[in-house]
Amino acid sequence: MSLGYYVKSFTLWEFVKAHALTLKYFFKPKATINYPYEKNPISPRFRGEHALRRYPNGEERCIACKLCEAICPAQAITIEAQPRDDGSRRTTRYDIDMTKCIYCGFCQEACPVDAIVEGPNFEFSTETREELIYDKAKLLENGDKWERAIAANLAADAPYR
Amino acid sequence: MPKVKVDGVELEVPAGATVLQACELAGKEIPRFCYHERLSIAGNCRMCLVEVKPGPPKPQASCALPAAENQEIFTQTEMVKKAREGVMEFLLINHPLDCPICDQGGECDLQDQSVAYGKGSSRFDENKRAVTEKYMGPIVKTVMTRCIQCTRCVRFAEEVAGVPEIGAIYRGENMQITTYLEHAAKSELSGNVVDLCPVGALTSKPYAFEARPWELKKTHAIDVMDAVGTNIRLDSRGRQVLRAVPRINDDVNEEWASDKTRHNVDGLVRKRLDKPYVRKDGKLVPATWNEAFATIAAVKHGGSVAALAGDLLDCETMFAGKVLVERLGGSLLEGRQTGLAYDVSSLSAVNFNTTLNGLETADVILLVGTNLRWEAPLVNTRIRKAIKKGAKVFALGPQVDLTYKVEWLGNDASLLGRLPEAVVEAFGKAARPAMIVGGGVLAKDGAHGDTLALVETLGLVKEGWNGYNVLHFAAARMGGLMLGYAAQGGIKAVAAAKPKLLFSLGADEVDYSAFQDSFKVYVGHHGDKGAHAADVILPGASYAEKAGTYVNLEGRVQRGEKAVFAPGDAREDWSILRALSEVLGATLPFDSFEQLRAEMARAVPALGVEGLADYGWSVPSLPTGASGEFGFPIKDFYLTNAICRASPTMQQCSAELIHGETYAEAAE
Repeated sequence: MSLGYYVKSFTLWEFVKAHALTLKYFFKPKATINYPYEKNPISPRFRGEHALRRYPNGEERCIACKLCEAICPAQAITIEAQPRDDGSRRTTRYDIDMTKCIYCGFCQEACPVDAIVEGPNFEFSTETREELIYDKAKLLENGDKWERAIAANLAADAPYR
Repeated sequence: MPKVKVDGVELEVPAGATVLQACELAGKEIPRFCYHERLSIAGNCRMCLVEVKPGPPKPQASCALPAAENQEIFTQTEMVKKAREGVMEFLLINHPLDCPICDQGGECDLQDQSVAYGKGSSRFDENKRAVTEKYMGPIVKTVMTRCIQCTRCVRFAEEVAGVPEIGAIYRGENMQITTYLEHAAKSELSGNVVDLCPVGALTSKPYAFEARPWELKKTHAIDVMDAVGTNIRLDSRGRQVLRAVPRINDDVNEEWASDKTRHNVDGLVRKRLDKPYVRKDGKLVPATWNEAFATIAAVKHGGSVAALAGDLLDCETMFAGKVLVERLGGSLLEGRQTGLAYDVSSLSAVNFNTTLNGLETADVILLVGTNLRWEAPLVNTRIRKAIKKGAKVFALGPQVDLTYKVEWLGNDASLLGRLPEAVVEAFGKAARPAMIVGGGVLAKDGAHGDTLALVETLGLVKEGWNGYNVLHFAAARMGGLMLGYAAQGGIKAVAAAKPKLLFSLGADEVDYSAFQDSFKVYVGHHGDKGAHAADVILPGASYAEKAGTYVNLEGRVQRGEKAVFAPGDAREDWSILRALSEVLGATLPFDSFEQLRAEMARAVPALGVEGLADYGWSVPSLPTGASGEFGFPIKDFYLTNAICRASPTMQQCSAELIHGETYAEAAE
């Protein structure tokens, strides 16, 4: 038993040290944010909810090449195609099972026309599983809703591709 | 037999082989676009360049260079690699590279070979050439910008199909492949150009954008559209067959398939019977299996039972039907739906004895009452090959365009008894004479006997050669005959016997008004004529939905696999008959498909072994002395059976290629 031990124990040194630490963090800026009113910044490469994009003239980009369906490791994508009335190749069905999806981003890498993309949206939780089986209408609607953000992200990431 | 050295490996190649073939024999892969084993050599794609010594110090097109003694061939040198890269870069200059929207994507020679032999980049900065689409009929879709001008389609149309309607116009960069005046190519084999096209310029119109090759389950099957027994591969996704493509079988279909074989598959999902029906108060109403079976069990037949077999049936179904009829006390079996009643005491007298391969080597051929182009298009291509080797063809019957030079003797059956001197003389000189007897002959009284009498007169049967051929056009015919689906007197005799209970096994061409008093049970897959007349419908499986044994016109036993499941409540035919037999108190002696096959092989041993069945050779003595004109039994090539009639593609082909022509001519 050394003298130092008695001094520390009688002055409650550890107690004081702990309080000092508490006070230090009390005056530091907060690390947590007030979600959902505040959000963290995300990378342009963030892989969130899927969307099917359109060209500026309103024409859907997807040409039913089925490369995303082929590459999908979770086999979450189902596509059926047929010639449209004007003879162009279009999907008649484009389903993504979001419960199967592992958000690897291979689909957007495979897409030759940047039609299927994983957008910045990560807030798409639902109350039923059925709602997570996305069809073509839902995906196109997502695309319309998020187009500005998606286009900005693609542009921001373009120099590195 | 020249000896050559390929990449240092010495080997002997057959005389007349090209350098490309020598490399193939040595196991070296030579990239190629224009070269095709079954077409003439064009040598215009330049992809097959190799280095050959002795010879000029430059790469040479191996497909057009004959292999010579002491040649040294190099396929892996720096020069060859550079040459291939160069050719590939040139070919891709005007190719649009629209692989994502191209139906050929995934099974494209240009894609594969540019990955394997290309450079990976292009130095071409200028504008690409674009070519307008050409119209080639309801089967072939064209995107001519993708064309690399290999001219395989041109050579196929001219050499194999015999309709020189596809050709190239303009030259150099402006060269375009097109059909004559952009009319539909009028051939029953036009679908084959889709397989031949190494790029996506010619693709299948009905299959446009349907699926990618990697999504498809591939099943080996046997085609039932005609009696040739084309070996096909059914490509299916989920429960639907999306396309049928030929498999290579040099003994049967070589590498080709008729348009009907390829494009009937969209009929497999239309007008299908997917639940049992029972006729109540003159109307067919949906029922359960038990109700349907009970309705049949209530029929008091007293042993008066008959079975009619359709044209598309497999042997297993016919065998199960036969055993069921026999167990119920009946004996009337018939498969010749349209009323043919030819003698079947000797199967060799109704068989294609020369075999399809043998027909190629014939030197004189007499066609009697047959429109080969419609009855068996692939037999017609064999005759074209025989002609190329120097054969002469005579024909008796209504004059039609058979795509090759034929000496028409007239359309008079009595000519069989007094053939012109020139014909007899030609046959006398021939070493391998052949006669093909079509459906028009079998329908005529005495004509079958007349043709059999000619066997002796024309010397058709020699040592190692049998030139007597009967051409059937129903896939089930030879199998049916082997199983005894041939009543004495044909279907008229069956009708005259007034069977109380009639099993119609997919028989859709029968005139059911003759069976008004019979209780008709239809076991089949399409809502066609047979189903309309039936009292009870039991939904069965089509050829794509069941494994089966088929016997083609030359007596070749072949087996097909099951590609997809039958729709709805439909079941495989043999299992329906098995279940029904239990309700009728005449349980069939097999519980599984394997047992059924074993039973069938026990009853007819030839059906147990794949390959040519041996019928021997015997000539029955038949009445002779036919007179009058021959007619062709097939009125419309594209609509010969229930599946075709349900297929929109076949309906369109019929309207456009058969009726469109007559309409157009009438309008002029």
